[in-house]
Amino acid sequence: MFKSLAPPEYLATIDQVKCIRCKRCIQNCGWSVYSWGGDKVLIDTSKCVKCLRCYHYCPEEAIQILDNPVKFKNNAYWGYNNIRNLKRQAETGGIPLTGMGSDLPYPILFDNLLIDACQVTNPSIDPLREPMELRTYLGKKPASVEFEKGKDGKLKLKTKMPPQIKINLPLIFSPMSYGSISLNAQKVLAIAAKECGILMNTGEGGLHEDLLPYRDSIIVQVASGRFGVNPDYLNAGVAVEIKIGQGAKPGIGGHLPGEKIPLEVARTRMIPVGTDAISPAPQHDIYSIEDLKQLIYAIKEATDYKPVSVKIAAVHNVAAIASGIVRAGADIIYLDGFRGGTGAAPSIIRDHLGIPIEHAIAAVDDRLRQEGIRNEASIIAAGGIRSSADAAKAIALGADAVAIATAALTTMGCTICGKCYTGNCSWGITTQRPELTARLDPEIFAERLINLVHAWEHELKEILGALGINAVDSLRGNRERLRGVGLDTQTLDILGVKPAGR
Amino acid sequence: MNNYFEKNIFVNHEGPIAKGKKAADKGLGYEKSISGCGLTGLISKNRTRLSGKAIVESLCLMNDRGNGLGAGYAAYGIYPGFKDFYAFHIMYDAPSVRWTAEEFLKANYHIEKIEEIPTFPVKAIAISPLLVRYFIKPLKEKLAGDVNESDFVVNSVMKINSEIDGAYVFSSGKNMGAFKGVGNPCDIAEFFRIEDYEGYIWTAHTRFPTNTPGWWGGAHPFTLLDWSIVHNGEISSYGINKRYLEMFGYKLTLLTDTEAAAYMLDLLIRRHGLDIATACTVLAAPFWKNIDNMDEQKKEALTALRLAYGSALLNGPFSLLFGHSNGLVGINDRIKLRPLVAATKNDLVYMASEESAIRAICPSPDKVWTPRAGEPVIVELNK
Amino acid sequence: MLQIDAKGMYYRELNQKVRSAIANGEKEITLKNVNGQYYIGDGLRGNAAITVEGVPGNDLAAFMDGPTLTIKSNAQDNIANTMNAGKIVIHGNAGDVLGYGMRGGTLHILGDVGYRVGIHMKGLKRQSPTIIVGGTAGDFFGEYMAGGILILLGLNEKDPRPIVGDYLGTGMHGGAIYIRGEVDKNLCGAEVGILEPDEDDLKTLRQYLGDYCKDFKLDIEDIMKKGFKKLLPISLRPYGNLYAY
Repeated sequence: MFKSLAPPEYLATIDQVKCIRCKRCIQNCGWSVYSWGGDKVLIDTSKCVKCLRCYHYCPEEAIQILDNPVKFKNNAYWGYNNIRNLKRQAETGGIPLTGMGSDLPYPILFDNLLIDACQVTNPSIDPLREPMELRTYLGKKPASVEFEKGKDGKLKLKTKMPPQIKINLPLIFSPMSYGSISLNAQKVLAIAAKECGILMNTGEGGLHEDLLPYRDSIIVQVASGRFGVNPDYLNAGVAVEIKIGQGAKPGIGGHLPGEKIPLEVARTRMIPVGTDAISPAPQHDIYSIEDLKQLIYAIKEATDYKPVSVKIAAVHNVAAIASGIVRAGADIIYLDGFRGGTGAAPSIIRDHLGIPIEHAIAAVDDRLRQEGIRNEASIIAAGGIRSSADAAKAIALGADAVAIATAALTTMGCTICGKCYTGNCSWGITTQRPELTARLDPEIFAERLINLVHAWEHELKEILGALGINAVDSLRGNRERLRGVGLDTQTLDILGVKPAGR
Repeated sequence: MNNYFEKNIFVNHEGPIAKGKKAADKGLGYEKSISGCGLTGLISKNRTRLSGKAIVESLCLMNDRGNGLGAGYAAYGIYPGFKDFYAFHIMYDAPSVRWTAEEFLKANYHIEKIEEIPTFPVKAIAISPLLVRYFIKPLKEKLAGDVNESDFVVNSVMKINSEIDGAYVFSSGKNMGAFKGVGNPCDIAEFFRIEDYEGYIWTAHTRFPTNTPGWWGGAHPFTLLDWSIVHNGEISSYGINKRYLEMFGYKLTLLTDTEAAAYMLDLLIRRHGLDIATACTVLAAPFWKNIDNMDEQKKEALTALRLAYGSALLNGPFSLLFGHSNGLVGINDRIKLRPLVAATKNDLVYMASEESAIRAICPSPDKVWTPRAGEPVIVELNK
Repeated sequence: MLQIDAKGMYYRELNQKVRSAIANGEKEITLKNVNGQYYIGDGLRGNAAITVEGVPGNDLAAFMDGPTLTIKSNAQDNIANTMNAGKIVIHGNAGDVLGYGMRGGTLHILGDVGYRVGIHMKGLKRQSPTIIVGGTAGDFFGEYMAGGILILLGLNEKDPRPIVGDYLGTGMHGGAIYIRGEVDKNLCGAEVGILEPDEDDLKTLRQYLGDYCKDFKLDIEDIMKKGFKKLLPISLRPYGNLYAY
């Protein structure tokens, strides 16, 4: 076997003068870039993914990870990834995999939307000292409510309210399964979710018993692989989510490579150790919308009518699909845009299928309103929410809440290197190797994630304050407070947003 | 009298009414009615009919709160001879539009009386639209089956306002009427001869628009059926309030957010059957912090209200008065960003932006108070 | 013993009645005049015995965790969806997608079954779901199978159709399938190997079939006269080479 004809993307270098031979880089690298050569550290730079673990753990700052200047000749059309994938395919006959969300330079609508602010004619509000409400309830809302006057003349509710999930701010963590990420990473999410009064989502890999103390902050997921699904599981969380699709890989299934299935994962999923865990593209009991309804109600019957969420990838016809899902009885509809992350997806799929979440929110919110059923389900928007500004824009377009995953993982050390599918994550996040997962102390890293959520919470309050509104209810769907810059008329029309200056 | 047509450069339907409505019609065309305003209102609980003189005096005291670009009045009890008929006040860009609108009315309503609204030449008001009022009743055959009469009238108003260019219904209740236009409070009062009307509920408004075209429909009060609203402040949640109302078939054709408040009350009270106090709880909802500390029954009720009506919350600074056939309500926003003062004297209740506006017409009230944030003052007529 | 007349009853009411009866300690329930009610036994726990008279609707025993259901007639689609424990005995035919993601318990069917039966079945040491089909099965039998046992008998010798459809065990990476008689290699998924059952297998078969024969009053020796083939996954990672890293 000859050396790969794809030159390495990065050049890991060690300043031999600064290096004190402490070998921390060797210990820390999950990809075995470094090895001991007797008197100095040897480097196999072809394995480097620029996750920067070694850099952070080098006490002498002797390490630098450079972009490989050799790569290929610069070409605005034939990019490095194009050529590298061709070489890889020629060498293996396989489908190049990738992790995290698409990094291709498609237009980013969030960056072409600006939020309004108050000046003079209506006042902005000081969010630090005056009340500012971010509390959000997820679930079906009645179109109207009825009361009966009790003898004491006080209001008494007559309408039977559908079940609701209360979250302290319109933000939750996206589903990431045990298997795709480590149990410690899931614990970080669970601890932070509980502390912040929001939710984490098990993903489709079942629920490890260590997460049971956090059950009031957990949504459990049912996907086509039905891993770890039993009545206890369905009833373990506050809601059940049926996963139909994922923004990073719409229309294709999940495939957790055998490297990430050690005994514990296999036990939680009830599959053999080291096998590839397959979640095929369709749920084989859902070939049509009435089948979805059947599964939604099968779950409701099994859980005494807990709220059911349905997660779909944002695809071209998303509005009509969403309408069908709401009419099938879903309490929550989870939209995942094409920028959404993944633990493993063929790059050809990730980079070329789906639509941006901004379009999807606007289209779905519009359609549900046109049909008079917007109150029937909450909309969660996900797929590339990078900041509280993205969150605020998504909510103004019509989402009830947003979900984040990549942003949350960065608090655990993730640098978005995109190699989650290898199972070698040096930060202990997307790996099951015990020596790597041990690095991620749940308590310590939960603090960082809690900080992030609190920071976004403050920022959202600042945005609301600038808008002169003191409840997130008044931001939701309030597209009047958004303006587009550099967007064409049709896009503005789809988003229901005026151009800046109007 | 209608010098509007002599001086008017608009020969087709592209008059200010048509233009103003069109701008709003496209959904993207909403322009905020940014208005620092003054409002005042009074009610005689015993239904004593009072001349419009008092309300004009009260409003004119607050002249500095407006900028002369809009004022209006609403009065209840002014058409006792026609109290069973809907009094449609319609403004037109041109006579030809009037014929179109009247064709529509004739096809759907029994028309008891048509007359031009009496106006008096005022120097400061050089241009005015054609103003006509109709006392009408839906034709019986139009209400066959389960067609609700109020819905039928609302639909007619929506239809004229959204589909007939250059025509705008600015009042549609029974035994009540709105009078409004571009001008300062005193001039508008003089123009419409407000002193000649006698009513038991009055509301009035002076306006300080900063960026809306000076078109007559944009002035307050806003009305629908018996609802009339005068409003001070800017509803920062307008965008979602509008989209929410559209889900229930309302067409927001105006250039202001006050319209949203009027329709919201129609939805909550008439269509969803909430009582007035509960509807006020929707518009100026209590904070979660307060709801959390309530007893279980109340907590459950208010949580349900906030969940179902999150998009109906009027967020941002406002104080508003709304009149209806049985009373008058004053309310301000939930953190009290706009002023509201109330006072009583015998069977009379006054509400205004400033205490002085009340004192101008009622020098020694029995009681004066400022309602707390989001706490409505609800006054009902005696039976 | 409790009898519930399900005639004209919507599933929510029927299942509510069953649930509250079981909560009150009822051990034996007969549902009369059932026709098409969904979700009978959905999510039920405990060890009650429920007899269904009439054709139950889809998602029978979805997520069920313990009880025994006896169906005296045919049954529809999606039976034992993600079932965890318990037993279902069907004295007739059943439809498509049976035992999807099944995690434990037993499904005995006297007659034929449709497409995609026993797909995505799971297994973990002691917890091993079992489906035994007396008649024939359609395509994709045991697709994606990760654990448990599927037994297909083809007892109706007069049935001219092949005992099993195409794409048998496609994507299989765990568990075992036993087919009575011969298996055409062309019908099998690429991931499946065909073996002759050994002594241990025959012992296992006798154990499972003994219980099955008792349910339907069949003679196990008659069944065992004809030989079996055993299907196993040839690789734990059938798609190990599909991707480039």
